[in-house]
Amino acid sequence: MTQHLPEAHPQHPVLSVSGACKRFGSVVALDNVSIDVHRGEILALLGDNGAGKSTLIKCISGVHRLDAGDVVIDGAANVLRSPADARLAGIETVYQDLALFDNLTPAQNFFAGREIAGPRWFPRAMRFLNKRKMDEQTRSLIQSLNVSLPHLDAVVALMSGGQRQAIAVARSAVFARKVVILDEPTAALGQRESRKVLDLIGALRDRGNAIILITHNMEHVTELACRAVVLRQGRRVGELVPTRDNKQELVSMIVGA
Amino acid sequence: MTGMDESLEREVAEPRSAAVANSENIAVAVGLKLLGAGAVLILIGLVLVLSLLSPYFLSPRNLGNILAQTAVVCVVAMGQHLVILTKGIDLSVGSNLALASVLGALSFHAGASTLTVVAVMVVAGAAVGAVNGLFYVYGRLPHPFIITLATLSIAKGIALQLADGRAIPGMPPAIRSLGQEAFAGLPGSVFVVAGVAGLMFVLTQSTVWGRWVYAVGGKADAAVRMGIPVSAVLVSTYVISGTCAGIGAVLLAGRTDAGSPLFGNLLELDTIAAVIIGGASFLGGRGHIGHALIGAIMIGVIRNALNLLNVGVFYQLIVIGVVIVIAVEADVLRNHLESRMRVLRAETGP
Repeated sequence: MTQHLPEAHPQHPVLSVSGACKRFGSVVALDNVSIDVHRGEILALLGDNGAGKSTLIKCISGVHRLDAGDVVIDGAANVLRSPADARLAGIETVYQDLALFDNLTPAQNFFAGREIAGPRWFPRAMRFLNKRKMDEQTRSLIQSLNVSLPHLDAVVALMSGGQRQAIAVARSAVFARKVVILDEPTAALGQRESRKVLDLIGALRDRGNAIILITHNMEHVTELACRAVVLRQGRRVGELVPTRDNKQELVSMIVGA
Repeated sequence: MTGMDESLEREVAEPRSAAVANSENIAVAVGLKLLGAGAVLILIGLVLVLSLLSPYFLSPRNLGNILAQTAVVCVVAMGQHLVILTKGIDLSVGSNLALASVLGALSFHAGASTLTVVAVMVVAGAAVGAVNGLFYVYGRLPHPFIITLATLSIAKGIALQLADGRAIPGMPPAIRSLGQEAFAGLPGSVFVVAGVAGLMFVLTQSTVWGRWVYAVGGKADAAVRMGIPVSAVLVSTYVISGTCAGIGAVLLAGRTDAGSPLFGNLLELDTIAAVIIGGASFLGGRGHIGHALIGAIMIGVIRNALNLLNVGVFYQLIVIGVVIVIAVEADVLRNHLESRMRVLRAETGP
């Protein structure tokens, strides 16, 4: 089956959503939306506020369930009942609010909910933490992603906005095996800090992940994304290969002018 | 990004000289360190001053008294500390302890063995804790304040009803000697406190569950998204808090050789005060078992000192209240210094 040899079939999308529908009461948040992403590709998901981007990624990351439509991961249909299901399926999400624990260190944040612990025959909650191993893995990951975190033993509350964003993105890198979804990863950052996060996203892609990037920054879209899909009022209204020249076209697709 | 942007940013950051920023950085760091160790320093200072004021204070007998009197607050405060770590509160601990002691006394008079009497008290405590946790989580209550306030009233009412409003004298000899006698020069209850503290320390600092407690206290919705079983973690903290109240009941019943519906009055105040005075954050997610212990001992020392200095009982309540305000303000100051630290680090860079 393809899910065992994903690299051997690069032409198959690693994640394929088809016919996605989702309503909240009488509001139609998603109306028959389909997207595909491949390994090593960055897909920009664009749209105005309320276009359905957030609903779509929440359905892919297991926070909401689709009313209709399929999520196919590596050729196998999946029902994502919870965020834990999505993570098990190899989908990592970097939320807009970062979902970081301010009172924990970067290493503790990385492994929150997926602690390395033993012995295995203990019930999971009662296992003893392998702190050294988690610290080691954190250090080597931070090095390999070229993130500068001077105070690895300090709690995240003490770190700057860019460092926090980097930690959230790096956390997804620890476990991402297939898809990483990023919701406005640079919205709250200055130019220099944005640059670092964009490099990090590139590194995640180079590791063979498929990336779904939500952003309002057209510069970042043209620089990074292979394709851009535009949503408007819950519908998919178009797809483009973003370049410097068709930026205007993309913007008018977003606002519907 | 262009080179111009970068130099612009640097110009904005640099008017204050690096030395000034650095010295402020150090000052903030020292302030945070002092606040972190504040409770211990104050406790040491308190002991020094008191030993000068009253020659009796440091006598082994008085110290033994303080430990014996503080033991109940210590044990129950450790449970309270877990609940406060998850941004919760358990107001029912005092009534819970009273009910457990009454059930223990009744079971003793019904002919139960020593072990059964202990089990009855501990399980009764855990059961009230389970009610708190289950209603808070699955009853979808916005805050544990309400349900633990309700069980405060309910447990008290049941205890008064069962005991007909009076203390029930009589406890098994083993429980009595645990509460009254000294072993190797230390009150028996001190060993119970040490045992509970050791177990709690391992559970909170070394197990996956302990890490989850901190994560839930740090940011509950993020914990859900990270796949942590938040509901179960919350319920478990209330069950443990109730269990600690049950263990407290064993100690207090042993010391007084009775079960009484009047036990544990204002124990919720003492335990919450102990956790906060000790230096854990009321905002959740921060603190450890040592904070609960140091806070409880500090309250015991203050009470004892005011007694030795012949200060009236009513003033004790006022002093404890003032200390709580100081401790909470210290927590606020710590949060302020931390955000200052964050800004400084962002300015000076890595």
